[in-house]
Amino acid sequence: MNRYPLWKYIIIAAAIVLGCFYTLPNFFGEAPAVQVSPLRATLKADTALMSRVEQILEKGGFKPGAIFLDPQSVKARFADTDTQIRAKDALQSQLGEDYIVALNLLSNSPGWLSALGALPMYLGLDLRGGVYFLLQVDMRAALAKKVESLSSDIRSGLREKRIQYNGIARTGQTLTVRFRDEAMRDRALAELTRTMPDLALKSEEAASGYRIVATLKPEAQRRTQDFALQQNITTLRNRVNELGVAEPIIQQQGADRVVVQLPGVQDTAKAKDILGRTATLEVRMVAEEHSDPATLQAAVAGQVPFGDELYYERGGVPILVRKQVVLTGDRINDAQPGFDQQTSEPAVHITLDGVGARIFQLVTRENVGKRMAILLFEKGKGEVVTAPVIRTEIGGGRVQISGRMNTQEARDVSLLLRAGALAAPMEIIEERTVGPSLGAENIRIGFQSTWYGFGVLTVFMIAYYMLFGVVSIIALTSNVLFLVALLSLLQATLTLPGMAGIALTLGMAIDANVLINERIREELRAGNTPQAAIHAGYERAWGTILDSNVTTLIAGLALFAFGSGPVKGFAVVLCLGILTSIFSAVVVSRGIVNLYYGGRRRLDRVSIGQVWKPAAQGK
Amino acid sequence: MEWFRISRDIPFMRHALLFNVISIVTFLIAVGSLATRGLNLGVDFTGGTVVEVAYVEAADLGKIRDSVARLGFTDASVQNFGTSRDVLIRLPVKQGLTSAQLSERVMDELRKDDPKVEMRRVEFVGPQVGQELFENGALALLFVSIGIVLYLWLRFEWKFGVAAVIANLHDVIIIIGIFSLFQWEFSLPVLAAVLAVLGYSVNESVVVFDRVRETFRNRRMRNLTVPKIIDHAITRTMSRTIITHGSTQIMVCSMLIFGGETLFHFALALTIGILFGIYSSVLVASPIVMYLGVSREDLARPEVERKPGEDGAVV
Repeated sequence: MNRYPLWKYIIIAAAIVLGCFYTLPNFFGEAPAVQVSPLRATLKADTALMSRVEQILEKGGFKPGAIFLDPQSVKARFADTDTQIRAKDALQSQLGEDYIVALNLLSNSPGWLSALGALPMYLGLDLRGGVYFLLQVDMRAALAKKVESLSSDIRSGLREKRIQYNGIARTGQTLTVRFRDEAMRDRALAELTRTMPDLALKSEEAASGYRIVATLKPEAQRRTQDFALQQNITTLRNRVNELGVAEPIIQQQGADRVVVQLPGVQDTAKAKDILGRTATLEVRMVAEEHSDPATLQAAVAGQVPFGDELYYERGGVPILVRKQVVLTGDRINDAQPGFDQQTSEPAVHITLDGVGARIFQLVTRENVGKRMAILLFEKGKGEVVTAPVIRTEIGGGRVQISGRMNTQEARDVSLLLRAGALAAPMEIIEERTVGPSLGAENIRIGFQSTWYGFGVLTVFMIAYYMLFGVVSIIALTSNVLFLVALLSLLQATLTLPGMAGIALTLGMAIDANVLINERIREELRAGNTPQAAIHAGYERAWGTILDSNVTTLIAGLALFAFGSGPVKGFAVVLCLGILTSIFSAVVVSRGIVNLYYGGRRRLDRVSIGQVWKPAAQGK
Repeated sequence: MEWFRISRDIPFMRHALLFNVISIVTFLIAVGSLATRGLNLGVDFTGGTVVEVAYVEAADLGKIRDSVARLGFTDASVQNFGTSRDVLIRLPVKQGLTSAQLSERVMDELRKDDPKVEMRRVEFVGPQVGQELFENGALALLFVSIGIVLYLWLRFEWKFGVAAVIANLHDVIIIIGIFSLFQWEFSLPVLAAVLAVLGYSVNESVVVFDRVRETFRNRRMRNLTVPKIIDHAITRTMSRTIITHGSTQIMVCSMLIFGGETLFHFALALTIGILFGIYSSVLVASPIVMYLGVSREDLARPEVERKPGEDGAVV
C-alpha cells in the first residue's frame, strides 16, 4: 500500500532536477561588469558596437572575462572592481557621449544556464543598495497648462473668423469668454463647437453680458493627464540615462505617479538633482554675419565676437548664435514628428502657446531668409538641436522645422524638444535609499537567520523523529530548493522581508511533516501495523495540512494585494512558499518513505523515535 | 524521544473561567493601552524622514542632536540602532517642507562634525503616502479577517466559526496592544507579521475543532460530557500543537537573534503572535464553543452529508 507508481517518482525526480537547475545560477555569485548602451534610438547595440568595445578594451590592456551582446546593450565582465572602473573610464572617454557606460554586476553563471532562462534571483533595493523614488505628477498644473494653451487657440480662432469678444479669463480649469451681444456669442459658440472638440461649452447670460463657459471634457482631461504622465516618464528616462545606471526602472504607478528605481546608485544627491532638473530649450537667432569659416575658426580658438556665443550643432559643426533669447522652451506645448505637406520631407511640428506664438510671428516676420537656432541646455551645456532657415512669417503658433532631417532624426528632435521640459511639475513623495554596505549586510543577516534556524530545526527533527526526521528535513530542503528555483524563474524581487519570509515558510512548512509524523506515531500507538500506520498517517494528515495552509494563503494574498515594496516581497515568498511546501511535505517526503519502507513485506518497526504507549489506555 | 506522555485528559475546561479572566485582563490592558498611549507608528504610516547613519567609532548622540537642531528640527528623535556606532535619526513631517532633499541636508550637517559618517539608509515618506499605506494596511487587516471568517464559516458549524474568529481577533488586538504598551515601533513589516501569524494561528483552532468534532462523533465517547470531550480533543492534539509551533518559533527566534535591528520587531511580532496563537486557539476558542452550547446534535447533520472516506482534518 505504500508504493508509488513509477510516474510519481519521475515527477518528484523531475521537480528536483528542475529545482536544482533554476537554483544553480544563484550559487555563482556576481562579477563586476561594464554595460554600454546607446543613448539615442538611432544608435543600435549591435555587433559593430561590440567589436568597438572589444577593440577599446584590448587597446587599453583590459582583459574582460567575457563580452555579451543583448538587444539593449553590450556588457563586459571583469575579474575585479578595479579593472571594471578603469575600463569604464576608458570606454566612456573613447565612445563619447552617445553611449551610456554604466557599472553593473553580472551573474557569473555560465552562458548555457542564462541561455536556458535560468537567472539568479532578482534582488530588491534593500539587498543590493540603491534608490527608490515615488514621484507625484501635479495634474492640476498639467490641466491648467492645457487649458491655457486652449485659450490661446480660442483667441486666434475667433480672431481669424472676425468674431469679436471682450476677453478670455481662466480660473483654474475653466475658461470664460465674454461677448458684447448675443449674436456674436452664438456665432462664437457655433465656431468653437466645431473647432474645439476637447471643450465642453456652455453659454450663459449674466448681468455683465454674454458669456461662454468652457471646461475640458472628461475624456480630454484624461488624455491630457495621460500625456503629461507619459511625457514626464520620457523626460525622466532621458535624465536617468545620464546617470549611467545599469538597470533603471521607471514606471507609471496609478493615474498620476511615477516610480523610479535606481539600483546601485550611491550618490542620491546627484540623482535627485538630475531628476528634478529642468532642461531648458531656447530659440535664438544665428549670427549670420559671423558664419564665415574664418570667424568660426577664430571663435573655436577662443575669439568669440561680442554679443555672440559659440555652440556646436549635433554633428559637431560650430555655430555662432546671438546671446539674446527669442523664446524659451516653456512656450512649447507640443512637438510631434511628421512630414512637410508640400515636399513630403520629414519634419517636426511644434505648437507654441499664445505668447510664444505672438513672439514667434513677430520675429519670423522680421527675419525671413535668416537662420534660427534651437538650443537645448542640459547639464548646463548647450547644444544646437537644429538651425533651420526661416522661409516665411509664421503665425498661429504652429511651427514646422524641416530640411536636412531623416525620419529618425525628426522623431529624435521632437522627443528632445518635448523631453526638454516636464509636462507638469513633479514632487518626490516617497524615497527609500539603502547604502551598499547595508544591502550586503542585509543579505548576510537574511542568510544567517535562515541557516541557523534551519540547523537547529534539523537537529531537533532528527533527534525527535529519527529516520522520519531525516525524511522531513530532506523534504524541507527540497522545499527551499523549489522556492528559490521558483523565485529565480519568476524573477520575483527578493527583499529582506522576503528572506524573512523564506525563514518563516520553512518554520511553517515543517508543520506539515510534524503533523504526518505525529499521526503515524498515533496510529502505531493504537496498535496498527507499521505499513498501515504510515499509510493512514499520510492520508489523514492531508486534510489538516490543506487547512493549515489555506488561512495563511489568505493572509499572504491580502498582503500581496495591499502591500507595497518590501512587504510585497514578503507576500510573494509567503504565497509561493506555502504552495511548494504542500508539494514537498506531502509528495516528496511520502516518496522517500515509500522508497525506503514501501517495498518491504515484513516491516516490524519503523524509525520514528519512541512511540510511548500509556499504561492504562482508554481511560 | 517522546515528550508528551499524557495518559489522562488534562481538565482544561475545569479552569476555563481562569483562562477567560486572563484573556479578558490582557485584552483590556491591550485595549486600554491602545486607547491611551496609541501606537508608536513608524515612518511608513505617519510620514516623515528616517536617516540611518554609521560612524567608525561610538557615536556622540548629543552632538548629532545639536546638528539636527541646527537644521531647525528640535523635535527630532536621535537614538542608537543596534550598536553604539549606528544611529537612527527620525524627523517628523514639517508643513511646507516635504522635500526629499532633507536627508542630504542632514548628511551635510553631520559630515561637518565627522567626515567619516556613512549614510546607510534613508526613508522619506510623504504625509499623503503615509496615509495611504495606513489605509492599505487597515484594508489588508480587514480583508484577512473577512477571508478567515468566510473560510471558517464554510468549514465549520457557526458556533465553532464564531469562537475561532473571536479568539483570533483577540490575538490581533493583543499583539497590537503589546506594541502599544511598550511603545515599540509599529511599521509595515510588523503589520505583515501580524497578518501572517493571524493566518497561521487560525489553523490551530481548526485542528482542535476538527478533533472536537471527531470526538463527538466517536461512538465510544458517547457518554462523555461536552467539557470532557473538549478536554480530550485538546490533550490529544497538544503534542502536535507544541511541536509545530515550536519549530516555527525556532526559525523566528533565529531571526530575532541574528536578524539585527531591521528584522527585530518583525520577529518580535511573530513571536508574540505564535505564543498567543497557541494560547487563544486552544484555551480561548474552546471555552467559547462550550458557552455557545455546542452539542452532539449540532454535528449530526454534516456527518450524514459527508461521503465516506472523506473525513475532515484530524491529527
